[in-house]
Amino acid sequence: MATHKKPENLVRVLPLEGLPATTAAPKLSAEQHRDMFRSMLRIRMLDEKMMLLQRQGRIAFFGPSAGQEAAIVGSGSVARAEDWIFPALREAGVALHRGFPLEQYFGQLFGNVLDPQKGRQQPMHFSSGAVHYVSLSSPIATQLPQAVGAAYAAKLRGDGTVIFAYLGDGATSEHDFHSALNFASVWKAPVLFLCQNNGWAISVPFEKQTASDGIAIKASAYGMPGIAVDGNDVLAVRATTQMAMDRALRGEGPVLLEFVTWRRGGHSSSDDPTRYRDEDQIPPWVLVDPLQRYRDYLRSANIVNVADEQIIVTELQSAMDAALAIAENADRPSMDTLFTDVYAAVPPHLQRQMDSAGQDTTGRAEGAFPL
Amino acid sequence: MTANTGTTVMTLLQALNLALMEEMERNKDVVVLGEDVARNGGVFRTTEGLMAKFGEARVIDTPLAESGIIGAAIGMAMYGLRPVAEIQFSDFIFPAMDQIVSEMAKLRYRSGGEFTCPVVVRTPSGGGIRGGHYHSQSPEAYFCHTPGLMVLAPSTPEDAKGLLKSAIRGNDPVIFFEPKRIYRTVKGEVPNDPDFTVPIGKARIARAGKDVTVISWGAMVHTCLEAAEKAARNGVDIEVVDLRSLVPLDEEAVLNSAKKTGRVVVASEATRTCGFASEISAFLAEEIIEYLEAPIVRVTGYDTPFPYALEHVYMPGPNRVLDAVQRVMTF
Repeated sequence: MATHKKPENLVRVLPLEGLPATTAAPKLSAEQHRDMFRSMLRIRMLDEKMMLLQRQGRIAFFGPSAGQEAAIVGSGSVARAEDWIFPALREAGVALHRGFPLEQYFGQLFGNVLDPQKGRQQPMHFSSGAVHYVSLSSPIATQLPQAVGAAYAAKLRGDGTVIFAYLGDGATSEHDFHSALNFASVWKAPVLFLCQNNGWAISVPFEKQTASDGIAIKASAYGMPGIAVDGNDVLAVRATTQMAMDRALRGEGPVLLEFVTWRRGGHSSSDDPTRYRDEDQIPPWVLVDPLQRYRDYLRSANIVNVADEQIIVTELQSAMDAALAIAENADRPSMDTLFTDVYAAVPPHLQRQMDSAGQDTTGRAEGAFPL
Repeated sequence: MTANTGTTVMTLLQALNLALMEEMERNKDVVVLGEDVARNGGVFRTTEGLMAKFGEARVIDTPLAESGIIGAAIGMAMYGLRPVAEIQFSDFIFPAMDQIVSEMAKLRYRSGGEFTCPVVVRTPSGGGIRGGHYHSQSPEAYFCHTPGLMVLAPSTPEDAKGLLKSAIRGNDPVIFFEPKRIYRTVKGEVPNDPDFTVPIGKARIARAGKDVTVISWGAMVHTCLEAAEKAARNGVDIEVVDLRSLVPLDEEAVLNSAKKTGRVVVASEATRTCGFASEISAFLAEEIIEYLEAPIVRVTGYDTPFPYALEHVYMPGPNRVLDAVQRVMTF
């Protein structure tokens, strides 16, 4: 598994054995560092807890993000409150970083009244109007042309919003990836294409997905910059995303950023990566834990020490426990939510279906007709 | 008489163009996008003059990618614009099916109403222009089968204008099928009032009659009217119901006419199996079979790809409608 012929060329702030830094650290306050670190820890802790809940049968499905915390938080933390996120599967950490409440996060996983989507989607398909995190759909890459349209609208209105469009490596094979990059560049739309190249589209490895030397190179055909980044280096991710953001704000159009990372777990709770993945063929550098890498930096820079981290973990843990207790006991969505929001108003044919729904579940006796 | 009262006689194409002009004038959030819609004014000239009046930022010649057009329109609408996307021929809508079916139709529902995308997709459809397979099909049933979409198919200049304006002002995604065969051949009176609209979900009695109900939509309505005139000369009084709106369907209008005549024919250009004519037939059989004097008969295109040389055989003409009328009259 090698997505790039020359990993030493990836943009890197935090050096690794044989892979030197290629760019300077972004200028961040201690508070910004702590916020990012907290969000990365939150993702890791939620991952462990939610996989456990799934195995216990308390939630139906989960898609872990472990190993991709740097790519998620390093990019998402650049977005301002007014910017919009068009996510792929593994960016819930961005929504949480932007203030998406944990009760709603758990409510989505349980499919109950706390979910802004009213329990209408499979777990992991988060949505929040409040933090401009657009409802995720399962078809791959469909969010990309939509993100371009939103960026066009923002540009037309001149309101300076930047659109963050996330995708995985598999999405780059879809027609919508091509359409989106093509439209965005022609329109010079303020949109950032943020590709988390974790090496795998379920069981299909990168080299079976594309013959190109990484994803970033694909940008040149569309007339936009493409930058390949060490996606396990949160500071490199943050610095390149900020650069792309500044460029978009100057009206210079889209950028494709490729965060080279690694999916530590399966594609989802339904997946068993031992069926198709040979761990000893993996270049060791992609396996370096992005969380530990950032932790080492924060300690050496004296920004977050052991005691500080313990406080953060305790806070996160108690917030998680409290929200989970509330969410697990919340009610199932009411019957009418099956029929509302299909249209702005319920049309007559749906009203009739709504009036008759659920009646088949009451009081039928066996052994005689009429029952 | 001021310009806002009275009517003007115009073609269906002119009525559509006027609707777009008026809505773009009325609301700066309305944008038009698609292939060849700006400088060229559309291959049928439906969008002629829009770019000159409203500029290239609001009238957009897009790259050639239907999925990109609809996907971008969805994002624009999510952000607050009112995009009117053109798919040049409804035969080319299929690359955008994922965006229409999985995204546009479902966004309001799946996001709990927090994100919406009131996109209007205008697309010329139907045969009779010697366009062969890829410029002639009537794919409306695919969209009627998708909850979350409104599906409209006007047949007159007045309805074309009024329904397109309702679609642009409404809050739901709409697939708007334009009867391209009669773009220029059908003329009619169109109200001058820029706030004239036709409500979505209301059928129109195109011709009142007492003996047989013939239900249709789009260009086929005119074929049915022609059949009705011929039948009238032979003593049979046909009521032609122009659905205008397939989803939501005006169930009341359809039921009332069918109950009144007790004999029903449904006529459509589309292929037969699982077509929208079948849905109308099933609906009436389920609801009012006790009022019916004869089986409900469908008149449709055949279950073949749309042909080129034999187009005139494929498309139901007045005589095929009359064959069906005769069948329900003599059952």
